Amino acid sequence: MAKVLVVTSGKGGVGKTTSSAALGAALAHGGDKVVVIDFDVGLRNLDLVMGAERRVVFDLINVVQGDAKLSQALIRDKRLENLSLLPASQTRDKDALTEEGVARVLGELREKFDWIVCDSPAGIERGATMAMRHADVAVVVTNPEVSSVRDSDRIIGLLDSKTEKAENGDRIEKHLLLTRYDPARAERGEMLKVDDVLEILSIPLIGIIPESEEVLRASNMGSPVTLNNPASAPGRAYFDAARRLKGETVELTIPSDKKSLLGKLFGRRAA
Amino acid sequence: MSLMSFFNRRTSAPVARERLQILLAHERGIVGGKPDLVAQLREEIIAVVRRHVMVEHQNVQVKMNRDADISTLEIEVEIPAPVPLGAR
Repeated sequence: MAKVLVVTSGKGGVGKTTSSAALGAALAHGGDKVVVIDFDVGLRNLDLVMGAERRVVFDLINVVQGDAKLSQALIRDKRLENLSLLPASQTRDKDALTEEGVARVLGELREKFDWIVCDSPAGIERGATMAMRHADVAVVVTNPEVSSVRDSDRIIGLLDSKTEKAENGDRIEKHLLLTRYDPARAERGEMLKVDDVLEILSIPLIGIIPESEEVLRASNMGSPVTLNNPASAPGRAYFDAARRLKGETVELTIPSDKKSLLGKLFGRRAA
Repeated sequence: MSLMSFFNRRTSAPVARERLQILLAHERGIVGGKPDLVAQLREEIIAVVRRHVMVEHQNVQVKMNRDADISTLEIEVEIPAPVPLGAR
């Protein structure tokens, strides 16, 4: 049974695209058929983060408007054959996303894939509401920082009122993904702790992604961090989160990057 | 991790720089003299084919690869077999 998962946050720059790519690749690595869709019409970037920017032919809007078939627009990942990308249009605006069109495309995707990961744009406008509209599950990406937590609270409110599930009286499954977390700073009282954020937002935690150089390195390379360096701290944290999404019970830890002896000698590695 | 891969890991920023330069050159229309020439060629080639034969969307497969030196555009059109005279 296919699941539509929206990765959302309200605030920009907290790691929605990074998380969509990393979770999508982690789910696909486990054998599931996965498609990640970029809903950021006009400002697409998921293609770049996944390293498919040179191969974009058709996009979500072409499919929504019937100018291209889904099979023509899907880009198959070169590393994982059961991972696909549906890019956003770079030249159109978000009004081209019609509710019926998006519903039809998601319906077609549900027949072909196990997971449909919708990478939401920032904000609460049409792109964001279309990305969450038909979701079964939401991952709310939050940084341990005041403006991000506030915007997440706002998005949680929209998930509970503006989604198809909510309107039908169902509850949408919501999970918190805490990103860019620095346990040492939290311990020193310089950063909101996991429990602070959980207490304020009161939705269950799906994972904690530690602040790490590996995230920038992966985006430089055009590869989800779970594929670029699966053994890295964020790589392991995303793999754990993906297993929890599949219903497995995984002990909650905050992985850390152990520096190699060479790394320690040279102080830091260039990102 | 081998010594080679340790040194290779230092090279992610140049990769990012090159990827961006290629992508933006295409988006700004520096390659080919107009924004996304390859996409425009795709549209026009398909239109020309349609002028002569009726082809369905699903019978056209398009692949593009935008690169620094060479971009490639592959268009595969399945043209339906003509109806034999006797069958008319």
